[in-house]
Amino acid sequence: MANARTRIAGGTRTRFSAHLGRRLVRGCADQLIDSPATVVALLLAFGFCTMAVFAPWLAPHDTSDVGTLDLMQALRPPVWLEGGDWAYLLGTDDQGRDMLSGIIFGARTSLLVSGVAVLLATLLGTAVGLFCGWVGGRPDAVLMRIAEVQLSFPAILIVLLIDGLGRTAVSTDLHNVAAVPVLIIAIALSNWVQIARTVRGSSMAEKNKEYVQAARVLGIHPAAILLRHILPNIFAPVLVIATLGIAGAILTEATLSFLGVGVPPTQPSLGTLIRFGNNFLISGEWWMTVFPGLALVLLALSVNIVGDWLRDVLNPKLS
Amino acid sequence: MLAFVAQRIAQTGLVMLTVAFVAFAMFHFIGDPINNMVSQDATAEQREQVRRHLGLDDPFPLQFAYFISNAVHGDFGVSYRLSLPVGALIAERLPATLELVFVAASIALLVGMPLGVYTGLYRRGVVSRLLLGLTLVGISLPTFLTGLILILIFSLWLGWLPSFGRGEVVDLGIWSTGFLTASGRRALVLPSITLALFQLALITRLVRAGMLEVLGSDYIRFARARGLPNRLVLFGHALKNTLVPVMTNVGLQIGALIAFAIITETVFQWPGMGLLFLQAIRFADIPVMAAYLMLTALLFGVINLAVDLLYGAIDPRVRGESSHHKGS
Repeated sequence: MANARTRIAGGTRTRFSAHLGRRLVRGCADQLIDSPATVVALLLAFGFCTMAVFAPWLAPHDTSDVGTLDLMQALRPPVWLEGGDWAYLLGTDDQGRDMLSGIIFGARTSLLVSGVAVLLATLLGTAVGLFCGWVGGRPDAVLMRIAEVQLSFPAILIVLLIDGLGRTAVSTDLHNVAAVPVLIIAIALSNWVQIARTVRGSSMAEKNKEYVQAARVLGIHPAAILLRHILPNIFAPVLVIATLGIAGAILTEATLSFLGVGVPPTQPSLGTLIRFGNNFLISGEWWMTVFPGLALVLLALSVNIVGDWLRDVLNPKLS
Repeated sequence: MLAFVAQRIAQTGLVMLTVAFVAFAMFHFIGDPINNMVSQDATAEQREQVRRHLGLDDPFPLQFAYFISNAVHGDFGVSYRLSLPVGALIAERLPATLELVFVAASIALLVGMPLGVYTGLYRRGVVSRLLLGLTLVGISLPTFLTGLILILIFSLWLGWLPSFGRGEVVDLGIWSTGFLTASGRRALVLPSITLALFQLALITRLVRAGMLEVLGSDYIRFARARGLPNRLVLFGHALKNTLVPVMTNVGLQIGALIAFAIITETVFQWPGMGLLFLQAIRFADIPVMAAYLMLTALLFGVINLAVDLLYGAIDPRVRGESSHHKGS
């Protein structure tokens, strides 16, 4: 009995990982020939992640250390323009901070916030979706109705509202400490619905399949069936939605930081940099806006292309 | 059909009530409104008196009922920050936002839908692939950055169009419009393109995806097998069936325009509701936040209801049971 149980459980898992792996490898090979843009996007996304992880070692200047700032170097244009300096490849801002270093640290903040937010949203969405799909009935109806109401509101409005309320609720001295977690939670709460709906739909379909019935007959605990048998089989669409969700979260975070209600100025993200640069757009220091903006678009674009590619490769039935 | 309409209206009403409750709860659970009304050295007795006078010691459901009844009459209280009635503040800002959203929605729909149909029909063509790549850039460009880039190019470098404000407006009693003056129309160009671009790209992709799904279905293949002319197959069968399920999504996107107007209005200093709401968030001006929230919920409700009714009128299958096709 115990043998049969492990055999079935293990069988599903290996089949799943081997299958997914095969699809990924084959899709990757096809795409390499078919679309060089995807390869560039993959490299770019990978590059941004590496940059984010190793930011303190890669950045030429430490922008968070006020002691290294030199006001004499303020508002220096990029190196190829007159007045540029090789020490500041992309120029400096009004405080003499190096733009390139600012962008590297900013991308780190952006990726951290959006990555953690989407991870939380995926966990929450998957849990709710599995629960609704398995239990059905009234709890399912209530949760899905909530999801539907939330879906009729644009995500950006929900994030603004939760973030605004969160900031009002915590005291002023806590603001700078609490701003990032509040922002992460707000973005996560605006993203869980799509994942929950997808997971619910697919787990309802999987629930009646023979391998699940077999597992139930064997007396395996429902939680184990959900996590070890059903989840691996419905994970592909979740992966796609989560990847595209990261691109969306990056834009949402940047937008909020640009509006001045996102991350605090002490921990600048790409959106904060653009917000500062915006004040100098009219006086002609365009590099303070254009370079962080370019980095932001490239980051979001590469993640979007990777998400699209994952969708084509895994070909899950997305609505 | 009548039952379908009634069900839809009831559902919208329920959503409105939920939003009203959230808005009301904001007052109740965040800070004590009395603090905003009495002087700092007021005694506990004076506070209690104000509380009784305002009915803040009434039971929660009764207060909620008062709140709803006031809101229905357009009374949303007084702004903490500006000390002006919120209803009047919003009424003054509403035309600016609605005009901006209307123009942006027209651009997004009139350009996005044909592009979606085109890229769906000729999906292997060079132009289609180029357009599809551009839509990917479009959904990777945050609205505020689009605005800044347009300002940089068309206002600062070329000097063709204004970078902020509404230009001259004509006052028509309760409505102030920028449509009637040349400077008002010029001022609309950059903000409306900024607001439309993201949704335009999204609508193109949605329509294209819907088109591809329909073109791959059996009845299209049968229609072709029957030897129907290509034109008839595409425009008689495919297009109509694509537009039906895509409509709900497009409706949601139009609703999203109202939310994204917050960002566009900030970039262009457009004197609309979104700018008001953002300032309210910064200053924790809860009456303004609550009123904005309920008003936008009403607008979303009306848009979704209109789409649903249109949907019900076109597709007889949905009249019985509520059916939504939402997603990316």
